[in-house]
Amino acid sequence: MSDAVSELRDVEVTVNGTVRRERVEPRLTLADFLRHTLGLTGTHVGCEHGVCGCCTVRLDGAAVRSCILFAVQAHGRRIETVEGLADGESLHPLQEAFSDHGALQCGFCTPGFLMTAIEFLDRYPDPDEEAVRDALSGSLCRCTGYQSIVAAVLDAARRLRQGG
Amino acid sequence: MKPAPFAYRDPDTVDEVLALLAEHGDDAKLLAGGQSLGPMLNMRVVSPAVVVDLNRVKALAGRGGSASGGFVIGALVRQADLEDDPAFAAAQPLAAAALPFIAHRPIRNRGTVAGSLVHADPAAEWGGVVLALDARIEVRQAGGASPRTVAAEDFFTGILETAVEPDELLAEIRLPPWPEDARWGFREFARRRGDFALAGVACRFEVDGAGGGRSVRIGLFGVGDTAVRARRAEAVLEGETPGPEVFAAAAAAVQDEVEPLDDGHASAGYRRHLAGVLVEDALADAWARNGGDEGEAA
Ligand SMILES: Cc1cc2nc3c(=O)[nH]c(=O)nc-3n(C[C@H](O)[C@H](O)[C@H](O)COP(=O)(O)OP(=O)(O)OC[C@H]3O[C@@H](n4cnc5c(N)ncnc54)[C@H](O)[C@@H]3O)c2cc1C
Ligand code: FES
Ligand code: FES
Repeated sequence: MSDAVSELRDVEVTVNGTVRRERVEPRLTLADFLRHTLGLTGTHVGCEHGVCGCCTVRLDGAAVRSCILFAVQAHGRRIETVEGLADGESLHPLQEAFSDHGALQCGFCTPGFLMTAIEFLDRYPDPDEEAVRDALSGSLCRCTGYQSIVAAVLDAARRLRQGG
Repeated sequence: MKPAPFAYRDPDTVDEVLALLAEHGDDAKLLAGGQSLGPMLNMRVVSPAVVVDLNRVKALAGRGGSASGGFVIGALVRQADLEDDPAFAAAQPLAAAALPFIAHRPIRNRGTVAGSLVHADPAAEWGGVVLALDARIEVRQAGGASPRTVAAEDFFTGILETAVEPDELLAEIRLPPWPEDARWGFREFARRRGDFALAGVACRFEVDGAGGGRSVRIGLFGVGDTAVRARRAEAVLEGETPGPEVFAAAAAAVQDEVEPLDDGHASAGYRRHLAGVLVEDALADAWARNGGDEGEAA
Protein backbone atom coordinates (compact mmCIF):
# COMPACT_ATOMS: atom_id res chain seq x y z
CA MET A 1 0.00 0.00 0.00
CA SER A 2 1.19 3.42 -0.86
CA ASP A 3 1.86 5.87 1.97
CA ALA A 4 -0.27 8.32 0.03
CA VAL A 5 -3.41 6.53 1.18
CA SER A 6 -4.35 8.87 3.98
CA GLU A 7 -3.26 12.01 2.14
CA LEU A 8 -5.83 14.73 2.60
CA ARG A 9 -6.71 17.08 -0.23
CA ASP A 10 -7.90 20.66 -0.19
CA VAL A 11 -11.11 21.24 -2.02
CA GLU A 12 -12.71 24.53 -2.84
CA VAL A 13 -16.24 24.42 -4.16
CA THR A 14 -18.97 26.97 -4.63
CA VAL A 15 -22.06 25.54 -2.99
CA ASN A 16 -25.30 27.42 -3.63
CA GLY A 17 -23.26 30.53 -4.38
CA THR A 18 -20.97 30.35 -1.33
CA VAL A 19 -17.32 29.37 -1.60
CA ARG A 20 -16.41 26.56 0.82
CA ARG A 21 -12.88 25.35 1.50
CA GLU A 22 -12.28 22.07 3.26
CA ARG A 23 -9.64 19.38 3.65
CA VAL A 24 -10.96 15.92 2.87
CA GLU A 25 -10.03 12.30 2.37
CA PRO A 26 -10.15 11.36 -1.33
CA ARG A 27 -12.64 8.59 -0.60
CA LEU A 28 -15.22 11.02 0.80
CA THR A 29 -18.22 11.08 -1.52
CA LEU A 30 -19.70 14.41 -2.51
CA ALA A 31 -22.93 13.37 -0.76
CA ASP A 32 -21.14 12.80 2.55
CA PHE A 33 -19.13 15.98 2.06
CA LEU A 34 -22.31 18.00 1.65
CA ARG A 35 -24.10 16.33 4.54
CA HIS A 36 -21.36 15.75 7.10
CA THR A 37 -18.62 18.23 6.29
CA LEU A 38 -20.83 21.16 5.28
CA GLY A 39 -23.94 20.22 7.27
CA LEU A 40 -26.21 20.48 4.25
CA THR A 41 -28.45 17.55 5.06
CA GLY A 42 -31.06 18.36 2.45
CA THR A 43 -29.25 16.05 0.04
CA HIS A 44 -30.39 12.56 1.02
CA VAL A 45 -28.55 9.29 0.70
CA GLY A 46 -30.52 6.16 -0.08
CA CYS A 47 -28.74 3.43 -1.99
CA GLU A 48 -25.19 4.74 -2.29
CA HIS A 49 -24.77 3.12 -5.67
CA GLY A 50 -26.41 5.43 -8.14
CA VAL A 51 -29.79 3.73 -8.39
CA CYS A 52 -32.30 5.66 -6.27
CA GLY A 53 -31.60 9.27 -7.24
CA CYS A 54 -32.10 10.71 -3.70
CA CYS A 55 -28.63 12.24 -3.67
CA THR A 56 -28.95 14.12 -6.98
CA VAL A 57 -27.37 17.59 -7.01
CA ARG A 58 -26.16 19.86 -9.80
CA LEU A 59 -22.50 20.03 -10.71
CA ASP A 60 -21.80 22.99 -13.00
CA GLY A 61 -25.46 22.80 -13.88
CA ALA A 62 -25.65 19.07 -14.69
CA ALA A 63 -27.74 16.79 -12.49
CA VAL A 64 -25.43 14.16 -11.01
CA ARG A 65 -25.47 11.47 -8.34
CA SER A 66 -23.46 12.81 -5.42
CA CYS A 67 -23.05 9.33 -3.90
CA ILE A 68 -20.82 8.18 -6.76
CA LEU A 69 -18.79 11.33 -7.17
CA PHE A 70 -15.95 12.19 -4.82
CA ALA A 71 -15.70 15.53 -3.11
CA VAL A 72 -12.17 15.95 -4.49
CA GLN A 73 -13.63 15.78 -8.00
CA ALA A 74 -15.77 18.83 -7.30
CA HIS A 75 -12.71 21.00 -6.65
CA GLY A 76 -13.07 24.29 -8.49
CA ARG A 77 -16.64 23.53 -9.52
CA ARG A 78 -20.11 24.86 -8.76
CA ILE A 79 -22.61 22.76 -6.80
CA GLU A 80 -26.28 23.39 -6.29
CA THR A 81 -28.28 21.49 -3.72
CA VAL A 82 -31.92 21.53 -2.69
CA GLU A 83 -31.08 24.13 -0.03
CA GLY A 84 -30.37 26.60 -2.82
CA LEU A 85 -33.79 26.36 -4.49
CA ALA A 86 -35.89 28.58 -2.25
CA ASP A 87 -35.29 32.31 -2.13
CA GLY A 88 -35.31 32.99 1.59
CA GLU A 89 -38.82 32.19 2.80
CA SER A 90 -40.31 31.97 -0.66
CA LEU A 91 -40.32 28.57 -2.25
CA HIS A 92 -39.15 27.94 -5.79
CA PRO A 93 -42.09 27.46 -8.21
CA LEU A 94 -41.14 23.79 -8.50
CA GLN A 95 -41.29 23.38 -4.73
CA GLU A 96 -44.62 25.19 -4.64
CA ALA A 97 -46.00 22.86 -7.27
CA PHE A 98 -44.80 19.83 -5.25
CA SER A 99 -46.56 21.22 -2.20
CA ASP A 100 -49.78 22.05 -4.07
CA HIS A 101 -49.98 18.61 -5.70
CA GLY A 102 -49.03 16.60 -2.63
CA ALA A 103 -46.05 15.29 -4.55
CA LEU A 104 -44.40 14.05 -1.40
CA GLN A 105 -45.32 11.95 1.58
CA CYS A 106 -42.28 10.99 3.64
CA GLY A 107 -40.17 13.42 1.59
CA PHE A 108 -37.06 11.26 1.55
CA CYS A 109 -36.89 11.16 -2.24
CA THR A 110 -37.99 14.77 -2.75
CA PRO A 111 -34.61 16.57 -2.91
CA GLY A 112 -33.46 14.21 -5.65
CA PHE A 113 -36.68 14.64 -7.62
CA LEU A 114 -36.45 18.41 -7.33
CA MET A 115 -32.83 18.60 -8.47
CA THR A 116 -33.48 16.17 -11.33
CA ALA A 117 -36.63 17.97 -12.43
CA ILE A 118 -35.14 21.44 -12.30
CA GLU A 119 -32.29 20.47 -14.61
CA PHE A 120 -34.77 18.79 -16.95
CA LEU A 121 -37.04 21.86 -17.04
CA ASP A 122 -34.04 24.04 -17.87
CA ARG A 123 -33.51 21.92 -20.97
CA TYR A 124 -37.17 21.24 -21.78
CA PRO A 125 -39.36 24.13 -20.58
CA ASP A 126 -42.49 22.70 -22.21
CA PRO A 127 -42.42 18.92 -21.80
CA ASP A 128 -45.27 16.44 -22.25
CA GLU A 129 -46.13 13.83 -19.64
CA GLU A 130 -44.16 11.11 -21.39
CA ALA A 131 -40.99 13.22 -21.36
CA VAL A 132 -41.47 14.00 -17.66
CA ARG A 133 -41.87 10.33 -16.82
CA ASP A 134 -38.73 9.56 -18.79
CA ALA A 135 -36.78 12.33 -17.06
CA LEU A 136 -37.85 11.11 -13.62
CA SER A 137 -37.33 7.42 -14.36
CA GLY A 138 -34.02 7.41 -12.52
CA SER A 139 -35.54 8.57 -9.23
CA LEU A 140 -37.33 6.16 -6.94
CA CYS A 141 -40.21 7.06 -4.67
CA ARG A 142 -41.69 4.47 -2.36
CA CYS A 143 -44.66 6.55 -1.22
CA THR A 144 -46.47 8.54 -3.87
CA GLY A 145 -46.90 6.25 -6.84
CA TYR A 146 -45.41 9.04 -8.97
CA GLN A 147 -48.75 10.42 -10.28
CA SER A 148 -48.60 13.52 -8.13
CA ILE A 149 -44.92 14.06 -8.83
CA VAL A 150 -45.47 13.99 -12.58
CA ALA A 151 -48.43 16.37 -12.20
CA ALA A 152 -46.33 18.74 -10.07
CA VAL A 153 -43.48 18.84 -12.59
CA LEU A 154 -45.89 19.53 -15.45
CA ASP A 155 -47.52 22.27 -13.41
CA ALA A 156 -44.14 23.72 -12.43
CA ALA A 157 -43.22 23.86 -16.11
CA ARG A 158 -46.33 25.98 -16.72
CA ARG A 159 -45.57 28.24 -13.76
CA LEU A 160 -41.96 28.72 -14.83
CA ARG A 161 -42.96 29.53 -18.39
CA GLN A 162 -45.28 32.17 -17.00
CA GLY A 163 -42.37 33.65 -15.07
CA GLY A 164 -42.90 31.83 -11.74
CA MET B 1 -21.11 1.37 2.23
CA LYS B 2 -18.05 3.55 1.97
CA PRO B 3 -15.01 3.03 -0.22
CA ALA B 4 -11.80 1.78 1.36
CA PRO B 5 -9.12 4.48 1.55
CA PHE B 6 -7.26 5.17 -1.67
CA ALA B 7 -4.73 7.65 -2.96
CA TYR B 8 -6.11 10.05 -5.51
CA ARG B 9 -4.29 11.29 -8.58
CA ASP B 10 -5.74 13.68 -11.11
CA PRO B 11 -3.21 14.11 -13.88
CA ASP B 12 -3.62 16.61 -16.72
CA THR B 13 -2.05 14.67 -19.58
CA VAL B 14 -2.25 11.25 -21.19
CA ASP B 15 1.47 10.72 -20.60
CA GLU B 16 1.01 11.25 -16.88
CA VAL B 17 -1.91 8.80 -16.88
CA LEU B 18 0.23 6.19 -18.62
CA ALA B 19 3.11 6.81 -16.23
CA LEU B 20 0.82 6.31 -13.25
CA LEU B 21 -0.49 3.08 -14.78
CA ALA B 22 3.07 1.90 -15.35
CA GLU B 23 3.98 2.72 -11.76
CA HIS B 24 0.94 1.19 -10.05
CA GLY B 25 -0.28 -1.45 -12.52
CA ASP B 26 -2.96 -3.64 -10.95
CA ASP B 27 -3.10 -1.43 -7.84
CA ALA B 28 -4.52 1.46 -9.83
CA LYS B 29 -8.00 2.05 -11.26
CA LEU B 30 -8.87 4.67 -13.82
CA LEU B 31 -11.87 6.81 -12.94
CA ALA B 32 -13.90 8.20 -15.84
CA GLY B 33 -17.60 8.91 -15.17
CA GLY B 34 -17.53 6.81 -12.02
CA GLN B 35 -21.02 5.49 -12.76
CA SER B 36 -19.84 1.89 -12.61
CA LEU B 37 -16.61 2.32 -10.65
CA GLY B 38 -18.31 4.48 -7.97
CA PRO B 39 -20.78 1.76 -6.98
CA MET B 40 -18.00 -0.85 -7.06
CA LEU B 41 -15.82 1.30 -4.78
CA ASN B 42 -18.71 2.00 -2.41
CA MET B 43 -19.53 -1.70 -2.18
CA ARG B 44 -15.83 -2.52 -1.95
CA VAL B 45 -16.10 -4.90 -4.87
CA VAL B 46 -12.84 -3.23 -5.80
CA SER B 47 -10.42 -1.44 -3.46
CA PRO B 48 -7.57 -0.04 -5.52
CA ALA B 49 -4.64 1.59 -3.72
CA VAL B 50 -4.67 4.42 -6.25
CA VAL B 51 -7.52 5.99 -8.17
CA VAL B 52 -6.36 7.85 -11.28
CA ASP B 53 -9.01 10.37 -12.23
CA LEU B 54 -9.12 11.02 -15.99
CA ASN B 55 -11.49 13.98 -15.68
CA ARG B 56 -8.83 16.68 -15.96
CA VAL B 57 -7.19 15.26 -19.08
CA LYS B 58 -8.47 17.66 -21.73
CA ALA B 59 -6.87 15.72 -24.58
CA LEU B 60 -9.32 12.86 -23.93
CA ALA B 61 -12.45 15.02 -24.09
CA GLY B 62 -12.49 15.59 -27.84
CA ARG B 63 -15.17 14.37 -30.19
CA GLY B 64 -16.14 15.03 -33.77
CA GLY B 65 -15.87 14.08 -37.41
CA SER B 66 -12.56 12.63 -38.57
CA ALA B 67 -10.76 13.34 -41.83
CA SER B 68 -12.00 10.04 -43.25
CA GLY B 69 -15.64 10.92 -42.53
CA GLY B 70 -15.91 8.81 -39.41
CA PHE B 71 -16.67 9.99 -35.89
CA VAL B 72 -14.13 9.95 -33.08
CA ILE B 73 -15.20 9.72 -29.45
CA GLY B 74 -12.49 10.56 -26.91
CA ALA B 75 -12.31 8.61 -23.67
CA LEU B 76 -13.82 11.41 -21.63
CA VAL B 77 -16.79 12.08 -23.87
CA ARG B 78 -19.93 11.61 -21.81
CA GLN B 79 -23.09 9.94 -23.00
CA ALA B 80 -24.97 13.23 -22.50
CA ASP B 81 -22.43 15.14 -24.64
CA LEU B 82 -23.28 12.91 -27.58
CA GLU B 83 -27.00 12.93 -26.80
CA ASP B 84 -27.04 16.73 -27.06
CA ASP B 85 -24.87 16.88 -30.20
CA PRO B 86 -26.91 17.23 -33.43
CA ALA B 87 -23.73 16.57 -35.45
CA PHE B 88 -23.45 13.18 -33.80
CA ALA B 89 -27.08 12.29 -34.54
CA ALA B 90 -26.59 13.29 -38.17
CA ALA B 91 -23.33 11.38 -38.56
CA GLN B 92 -24.19 8.27 -36.55
CA PRO B 93 -27.95 7.73 -36.31
CA LEU B 94 -27.78 4.21 -34.88
CA ALA B 95 -25.52 5.10 -31.96
CA ALA B 96 -27.53 8.26 -31.32
CA ALA B 97 -30.74 6.23 -31.15
CA ALA B 98 -29.22 3.97 -28.50
CA LEU B 99 -28.17 6.79 -26.15
CA PRO B 100 -31.53 7.56 -24.50
CA PHE B 101 -31.84 3.90 -23.51
CA ILE B 102 -28.66 4.05 -21.44
CA ALA B 103 -29.53 4.51 -17.79
CA HIS B 104 -30.96 7.93 -16.89
CA ARG B 105 -29.93 11.47 -17.67
CA PRO B 106 -28.01 12.08 -14.41
CA ILE B 107 -26.00 8.90 -15.10
CA ARG B 108 -25.41 9.93 -18.72
CA ASN B 109 -24.28 13.36 -17.51
CA ARG B 110 -21.20 11.65 -16.04
CA GLY B 111 -20.85 8.25 -17.70
CA THR B 112 -18.53 7.94 -20.68
CA VAL B 113 -18.67 5.72 -23.74
CA ALA B 114 -15.16 4.46 -23.01
CA GLY B 115 -16.05 3.61 -19.42
CA SER B 116 -19.08 1.68 -20.59
CA LEU B 117 -16.98 -0.31 -23.05
CA VAL B 118 -14.21 -1.11 -20.56
CA HIS B 119 -16.67 -1.99 -17.80
CA ALA B 120 -18.20 -4.37 -20.37
CA ASP B 121 -21.48 -5.14 -18.72
CA PRO B 122 -22.93 -7.74 -21.12
CA ALA B 123 -26.18 -5.76 -21.25
CA ALA B 124 -24.59 -2.39 -22.06
CA GLU B 125 -26.02 -0.83 -25.20
CA TRP B 126 -22.64 0.32 -26.50
CA GLY B 127 -21.51 -3.30 -26.83
CA GLY B 128 -24.14 -4.01 -29.48
CA VAL B 129 -23.60 -0.64 -31.11
CA VAL B 130 -19.83 -0.91 -31.62
CA LEU B 131 -20.28 -4.40 -33.08
CA ALA B 132 -22.96 -3.21 -35.51
CA LEU B 133 -20.78 -0.29 -36.58
CA ASP B 134 -17.42 -2.12 -36.91
CA ALA B 135 -15.96 0.44 -34.52
CA ARG B 136 -12.23 0.52 -33.85
CA ILE B 137 -10.91 1.16 -30.40
CA GLU B 138 -7.57 2.79 -29.74
CA VAL B 139 -5.71 1.53 -26.71
CA ARG B 140 -2.56 3.07 -25.28
CA GLN B 141 -0.16 1.41 -22.95
CA ALA B 142 2.42 2.55 -20.52
CA GLY B 143 6.07 2.50 -21.42
CA GLY B 144 6.04 4.32 -24.72
CA ALA B 145 4.75 1.43 -26.86
CA SER B 146 2.80 2.71 -29.83
CA PRO B 147 -0.99 2.73 -29.54
CA ARG B 148 -2.79 -0.36 -30.76
CA THR B 149 -6.16 -0.54 -32.42
CA VAL B 150 -8.64 -3.23 -31.48
CA ALA B 151 -11.58 -4.12 -33.71
CA ALA B 152 -14.92 -4.14 -31.90
CA GLU B 153 -15.34 -7.85 -32.58
CA ASP B 154 -12.08 -8.61 -30.73
CA PHE B 155 -12.78 -6.21 -27.89
CA PHE B 156 -15.03 -8.18 -25.52
CA THR B 157 -13.24 -11.18 -24.09
CA GLY B 158 -15.50 -12.32 -21.25
CA ILE B 159 -17.98 -11.19 -18.65
CA LEU B 160 -16.73 -7.73 -17.58
CA GLU B 161 -13.49 -8.50 -19.48
CA THR B 162 -12.07 -6.72 -22.48
CA ALA B 163 -8.90 -6.50 -24.55
CA VAL B 164 -7.84 -3.48 -22.46
CA GLU B 165 -5.23 -4.62 -19.91
CA PRO B 166 -5.07 -3.14 -16.39
CA ASP B 167 -2.09 -0.96 -17.32
CA GLU B 168 -3.73 0.33 -20.50
CA LEU B 169 -5.91 3.29 -21.38
CA LEU B 170 -8.74 3.22 -23.88
CA ALA B 171 -7.93 6.51 -25.63
CA GLU B 172 -10.68 6.81 -28.20
CA ILE B 173 -13.43 5.03 -30.08
CA ARG B 174 -13.57 5.45 -33.85
CA LEU B 175 -16.82 4.93 -35.66
CA PRO B 176 -16.21 4.45 -39.39
CA PRO B 177 -17.99 6.71 -41.89
CA TRP B 178 -21.70 5.98 -42.12
CA PRO B 179 -22.35 4.18 -45.42
CA GLU B 180 -24.69 6.12 -47.60
CA ASP B 181 -28.17 4.56 -47.62
CA ALA B 182 -27.35 2.16 -44.79
CA ARG B 183 -30.43 1.00 -42.92
CA TRP B 184 -30.41 0.58 -39.20
CA GLY B 185 -32.53 -0.59 -36.29
CA PHE B 186 -32.21 -0.49 -32.53
CA ARG B 187 -34.45 -2.35 -30.11
CA GLU B 188 -34.19 -3.39 -26.51
CA PHE B 189 -36.43 -4.71 -23.83
CA ALA B 190 -35.99 -3.61 -20.22
CA ARG B 191 -38.43 -4.00 -17.34
CA ARG B 192 -38.36 -0.29 -16.52
CA ARG B 193 -37.08 2.66 -18.46
CA GLY B 194 -33.37 3.13 -17.96
CA ASP B 195 -32.76 -0.33 -16.56
CA PHE B 196 -30.16 -2.54 -18.13
CA ALA B 197 -31.87 -4.40 -20.97
CA LEU B 198 -32.88 -8.04 -20.61
CA ALA B 199 -31.92 -8.27 -24.27
CA GLY B 200 -31.23 -5.83 -27.07
CA VAL B 201 -30.03 -5.47 -30.62
CA ALA B 202 -28.34 -2.88 -32.82
CA CYS B 203 -28.35 -3.74 -36.51
CA ARG B 204 -27.31 -2.20 -39.79
CA PHE B 205 -27.25 -3.36 -43.38
CA GLU B 206 -26.91 -2.00 -46.88
CA VAL B 207 -28.65 -3.14 -50.02
CA ASP B 208 -26.58 -4.20 -53.01
CA GLY B 209 -27.30 -3.48 -56.69
CA ALA B 210 -29.33 -6.69 -57.02
CA GLY B 211 -31.51 -5.77 -54.04
CA GLY B 212 -29.86 -8.16 -51.58
CA GLY B 213 -28.67 -7.40 -48.04
CA ARG B 214 -25.01 -6.45 -47.80
CA SER B 215 -22.56 -5.77 -44.94
CA VAL B 216 -25.15 -7.07 -42.50
CA ARG B 217 -24.22 -6.49 -38.88
CA ILE B 218 -26.34 -7.59 -35.95
CA GLY B 219 -24.90 -6.71 -32.54
CA LEU B 220 -26.65 -8.29 -29.57
CA PHE B 221 -26.38 -7.31 -25.92
CA GLY B 222 -27.78 -8.83 -22.76
CA VAL B 223 -27.87 -12.35 -24.14
CA GLY B 224 -24.57 -13.85 -23.02
CA ASP B 225 -21.26 -13.22 -21.29
CA THR B 226 -20.45 -10.41 -23.71
CA ALA B 227 -22.04 -8.43 -26.48
CA VAL B 228 -21.91 -10.63 -29.59
CA ARG B 229 -22.50 -10.52 -33.29
CA ALA B 230 -25.32 -12.77 -34.46
CA ARG B 231 -23.28 -14.21 -37.30
CA ARG B 232 -25.74 -16.86 -38.43
CA ALA B 233 -28.55 -14.34 -38.57
CA GLU B 234 -26.31 -11.94 -40.49
CA ALA B 235 -25.63 -14.70 -43.02
CA VAL B 236 -29.35 -15.30 -43.47
CA LEU B 237 -29.88 -11.74 -44.72
CA GLU B 238 -26.59 -11.37 -46.61
CA GLY B 239 -27.38 -11.44 -50.33
CA GLU B 240 -31.10 -12.09 -49.76
CA THR B 241 -33.88 -9.65 -50.55
CA PRO B 242 -34.95 -8.05 -47.27
CA GLY B 243 -38.52 -8.66 -46.20
CA PRO B 244 -40.66 -10.24 -43.49
CA GLU B 245 -39.78 -13.84 -44.36
CA VAL B 246 -36.06 -13.23 -44.31
CA PHE B 247 -36.35 -11.28 -41.06
CA ALA B 248 -38.26 -14.17 -39.48
CA ALA B 249 -35.59 -16.59 -40.67
CA ALA B 250 -32.91 -14.33 -39.19
CA ALA B 251 -34.82 -14.30 -35.90
CA ALA B 252 -34.93 -18.10 -35.87
CA ALA B 253 -31.19 -18.19 -36.54
CA VAL B 254 -30.57 -15.84 -33.62
CA GLN B 255 -32.60 -17.99 -31.26
CA ASP B 256 -30.49 -20.91 -32.39
CA GLU B 257 -27.13 -19.27 -31.93
CA VAL B 258 -27.37 -17.21 -28.72
CA GLU B 259 -26.29 -18.59 -25.37
CA PRO B 260 -28.10 -16.37 -22.86
CA LEU B 261 -27.58 -16.49 -19.12
CA ASP B 262 -30.14 -17.50 -16.53
CA ASP B 263 -30.27 -14.98 -13.73
CA GLY B 264 -32.63 -13.33 -11.30
CA HIS B 265 -33.87 -10.95 -13.97
CA ALA B 266 -34.87 -13.44 -16.66
CA SER B 267 -34.43 -17.06 -17.66
CA ALA B 268 -32.16 -18.03 -20.52
CA GLY B 269 -35.18 -19.29 -22.45
CA TYR B 270 -36.99 -15.98 -22.14
CA ARG B 271 -33.91 -14.07 -23.23
CA ARG B 272 -33.51 -16.39 -26.21
CA HIS B 273 -37.11 -15.73 -27.18
CA LEU B 274 -36.65 -11.97 -26.74
CA ALA B 275 -33.49 -11.93 -28.84
CA GLY B 276 -35.37 -13.37 -31.80
CA VAL B 277 -38.33 -11.02 -31.47
CA LEU B 278 -36.08 -7.98 -31.10
CA VAL B 279 -33.92 -8.91 -34.09
CA GLU B 280 -36.97 -9.41 -36.27
CA ASP B 281 -38.41 -6.05 -35.19
CA ALA B 282 -35.10 -4.20 -35.53
CA LEU B 283 -34.53 -5.53 -39.05
CA ALA B 284 -38.08 -4.55 -40.00
CA ASP B 285 -37.50 -1.08 -38.52
CA ALA B 286 -34.30 -0.78 -40.52
CA TRP B 287 -36.06 -1.75 -43.71
CA ALA B 288 -39.02 0.57 -43.10
CA ARG B 289 -36.87 3.47 -41.95
CA ASN B 290 -35.32 4.07 -45.34
CA GLY B 291 -38.56 3.57 -47.21
CA GLY B 292 -38.35 -0.24 -47.39
CA ASP B 293 -38.85 -1.56 -50.89
CA GLU B 294 -40.71 1.52 -52.06
CA GLY B 295 -37.92 2.08 -54.59
CA GLU B 296 -38.99 -1.07 -56.42
CA ALA B 297 -42.69 -0.41 -56.06
CA ALA B 298 -42.44 3.06 -57.57
C1 LIG C 1 -28.42 3.38 -12.02
C2 LIG C 1 -27.53 3.02 -13.18
C3 LIG C 1 -28.11 2.51 -14.32
C4 LIG C 1 -27.32 2.19 -15.41
N1 LIG C 1 -27.93 1.71 -16.54
C5 LIG C 1 -27.17 1.45 -17.63
C6 LIG C 1 -27.76 1.00 -18.84
O1 LIG C 1 -28.99 0.87 -18.96
N2 LIG C 1 -26.94 0.74 -19.88
C7 LIG C 1 -25.57 0.90 -19.80
O2 LIG C 1 -24.89 0.66 -20.77
N3 LIG C 1 -25.01 1.33 -18.68
C8 LIG C 1 -25.76 1.61 -17.60
N4 LIG C 1 -25.15 2.04 -16.46
C9 LIG C 1 -23.68 2.15 -16.45
C10 LIG C 1 -23.22 3.50 -16.96
O3 LIG C 1 -23.47 3.59 -18.36
C11 LIG C 1 -21.74 3.73 -16.71
O4 LIG C 1 -21.54 5.09 -16.87
C12 LIG C 1 -20.76 3.04 -17.60
O5 LIG C 1 -20.93 1.65 -17.57
C13 LIG C 1 -19.32 3.31 -17.14
O6 LIG C 1 -18.88 4.51 -17.63
P1 LIG C 1 -18.10 5.51 -16.67
O7 LIG C 1 -17.54 6.56 -17.53
O8 LIG C 1 -18.98 5.91 -15.59
O9 LIG C 1 -16.89 4.59 -16.19
P2 LIG C 1 -16.27 4.37 -14.74
O10 LIG C 1 -17.31 3.92 -13.81
O11 LIG C 1 -15.46 5.56 -14.37
O12 LIG C 1 -15.28 3.18 -15.09
C14 LIG C 1 -15.76 1.88 -15.38
C15 LIG C 1 -14.57 0.94 -15.59
O13 LIG C 1 -13.86 1.27 -16.77
C16 LIG C 1 -12.52 1.63 -16.49
N5 LIG C 1 -12.22 2.73 -17.39
C17 LIG C 1 -12.96 3.88 -17.55
N6 LIG C 1 -12.45 4.64 -18.54
C18 LIG C 1 -11.37 3.96 -19.01
C19 LIG C 1 -10.43 4.22 -20.06
N7 LIG C 1 -10.52 5.31 -20.83
N8 LIG C 1 -9.45 3.30 -20.29
C20 LIG C 1 -9.37 2.19 -19.54
N9 LIG C 1 -10.23 1.89 -18.54
C21 LIG C 1 -11.23 2.76 -18.28
C22 LIG C 1 -12.49 1.97 -15.02
O14 LIG C 1 -11.22 1.77 -14.47
C23 LIG C 1 -13.53 1.03 -14.47
O15 LIG C 1 -12.98 -0.25 -14.29
C24 LIG C 1 -25.91 2.36 -15.35
C25 LIG C 1 -25.33 2.88 -14.19
C26 LIG C 1 -26.11 3.19 -13.10
C27 LIG C 1 -25.47 3.74 -11.87
S1 FES D 1 -27.95 7.53 -2.82
FE1 FES D 1 -27.09 8.22 -4.67
S2 FES D 1 -28.39 7.35 -6.13
FE2 FES D 1 -29.11 6.44 -4.31
S1 FES E 1 -42.22 10.64 -0.69
FE1 FES E 1 -41.50 8.94 0.43
S2 FES E 1 -40.07 8.04 -0.92
FE2 FES E 1 -40.97 9.58 -2.13
